[in-house]
Amino acid sequence: MKKTGAQIFVESLKMEGVDTIFCYPGGATLNITDALHYSDIKQVMVRHEQGAVHASDGYARASGRVGVSLVTSGPGATNTVTGIATACMDSIPIVIFSCQVNTMLIGNDAFQEADIVGITRPCTKHSYLVKDVKDLARIVKEAFYIAKSGRPGPVLVDIPKDVSAALWEFKYPEKVYIRSYQPTYIGHPGQIKRTMKLIASSKRPVLYTGGGIISSGASIELIKFAEALSIPVTNTLMGLGGFPGNHPLFLGMLGMHGTYTANMAITSSDVIIAMGARFDDRATGKVDEFAPHAKIIHVDIDPTSISKNIRVDVPIVGDTKNVLKKMIEIVEDDKETFRGYPDTISEWSKDIAKWKKDYPLTYVRNGTLKPQYVIERIYELTKGKAIISTEVGQNQMWTAQFYKFLKPRSIITSGGLGTMGFGFPASIGAQIAFPKMLVIDIAGDGSIQMNIQELATAVQFKLPVKVVILNNGYLGLVRQWQELFYEKRYTWTHLECAPDFVKLAEAYGAAGYRIEKEDEVDTILKEAFHNNKPTLIDVRVNPEESVYPFVPPLAPLREMILV
Amino acid sequence: MRHIVSVLVENEFGVLSRIAGLFSGRGFNIESLCVAETLDPTISTMTIVTSGNDAIIEQILKQLNKLINVIKVVDFKELDYVSREMVLIKVNADEKTREEILRMIEIFRGRIIDVSPKTYTIMITGDEEKLKAFLALIKPLGIKELVRTGPIAVARGEKTIKMNEKQQSKGGEENG
Repeated sequence: MKKTGAQIFVESLKMEGVDTIFCYPGGATLNITDALHYSDIKQVMVRHEQGAVHASDGYARASGRVGVSLVTSGPGATNTVTGIATACMDSIPIVIFSCQVNTMLIGNDAFQEADIVGITRPCTKHSYLVKDVKDLARIVKEAFYIAKSGRPGPVLVDIPKDVSAALWEFKYPEKVYIRSYQPTYIGHPGQIKRTMKLIASSKRPVLYTGGGIISSGASIELIKFAEALSIPVTNTLMGLGGFPGNHPLFLGMLGMHGTYTANMAITSSDVIIAMGARFDDRATGKVDEFAPHAKIIHVDIDPTSISKNIRVDVPIVGDTKNVLKKMIEIVEDDKETFRGYPDTISEWSKDIAKWKKDYPLTYVRNGTLKPQYVIERIYELTKGKAIISTEVGQNQMWTAQFYKFLKPRSIITSGGLGTMGFGFPASIGAQIAFPKMLVIDIAGDGSIQMNIQELATAVQFKLPVKVVILNNGYLGLVRQWQELFYEKRYTWTHLECAPDFVKLAEAYGAAGYRIEKEDEVDTILKEAFHNNKPTLIDVRVNPEESVYPFVPPLAPLREMILV
Repeated sequence: MRHIVSVLVENEFGVLSRIAGLFSGRGFNIESLCVAETLDPTISTMTIVTSGNDAIIEQILKQLNKLINVIKVVDFKELDYVSREMVLIKVNADEKTREEILRMIEIFRGRIIDVSPKTYTIMITGDEEKLKAFLALIKPLGIKELVRTGPIAVARGEKTIKMNEKQQSKGGEENG
């Protein structure tokens, strides 16, 4: 029996095991919307298409499964662009289905027409325009495969309205074969051997790991390898949680707002083992003076990431989990080579211990309510067992510094694109993936206003997400640059008008709290975390608090401004 | 440095814009670009002339390979190759200059493909150096219009570009 394109679409989603989609309807979605009416796929109707994509992204980051969103043509599709670019920069597997005007109308400037495939080409891993219903099932299959394989990323599929109405036999392909797409998972054995020789001869090795550890599920292998040789580990923002934040070998995050220890360790090291990280400018500081004494080994599934920003001595294209397993095997089999370990690096361990002791992450307690204190309390109250999303700016950096991420996928943050307004809808997606877990968005008063409409979504779908607004009345991270480099001219960064967040929460049917003093923090957070409702907590923090350490832009990592 | 890169791609809608967008989005140079179907109608060859230092060329090759629709990328700097391009030139040709133009065309083995009372249209093929030399000679006579293809290239000898599978990514192999 023939099915409509819309029915084929829904059946294909089921074949992919999709349990939830994040969506917003319009004229062009109607065939599909109607077909979904008869399906048991959970349909989370957001209030803005950007929210749909961020929510699907949060779902993917929290669960490791592919996140799915569905939007209408024209403005519905263009509203997804920021979400797609966010996922692309952070290598998050999502599939975005945009509906399109009838194929006959494409290119005619039809009502609600936009060339979304063209618009999103630079910020998707791949994209499709389905021109014929015969191709629909195959394209859906390929889209999911491409999104989650190799270096993951967003795939957009544009479905014209007449294609979703057309009739065809439904037959879901069993396998995907794309002759022009074959990612390399297995690292080159010779290169892995060279790597191990280099490590064995080093005196000051550091593991520098990123989001690739999370996406390949290599956390256990990373811990095992680091412990086997006592090699210290620093994480990028995207890599947090890949190595336990409370582990004695953990140095903290590196980079512009990284710890003193991590930045000094990188600067002084003689061998850097970079895994699933891409030497982003916020992590490296001044490129020419990055790790001046180190040989660099770089393991990444994406060849373009290797030797892009930093010249690499041993490149290995492959999946980090796979490569780490091989490295562990060599350590276990080749006892002779690693006989001296960890004594060989005992001096190094001492240096690191001294840096940690002399220059810990810190802030001045002076009786005012400090944002860092709030985050420390959130960590203690949740025992590190919550899923934490962040917005972008100071809230994000303080979270990265003061919340200890113990498990992979416990931090959900827009690392590469730095998208304000990401955290809240992403936390909705994470809550859908893990209904029983405590999901907290650590926000600023600027960022939260960028997607605050999703409060309605959280209330409608009974998602007890907690939003902790570190409210300082400023776009704080930009203000901090103005303070240091523009003689405190706070142009555009002072948010002189803001809503009453408590009343706003209540207006949406969510719960609202306000914290103004240190001694209110624990009691109110505890209550808010247990009220089982979507909740905004307006925390009035010290307005001119800054994030330290701070490596000024284009300065080398060792030149940190400390508290 | 100048490189000729041959890119085998799926002969599909939108692939050219993916390649062009990659170059513009990442600030890479395209000096010329030739695209046409191969013997296998599902595959097209794009011959791209680009330039940059070694690190940039390495990125260009890797980024091209990363595109889902790209089947294979060949950098002709690594191979011995032959390349040709074609130029069509409309020149002023009156009684005084016709003889001289004809002589030059003969020397360079070009052809006249259109004639008007005041002009010749010349077709000439060759490698870049030859075309450069010819243009330098003909220029003083008054070129009215000039159109040229970019170069296309193939490896010398029996070597061919295998199309059956994606080239293994660079990086793991080098120095290995």
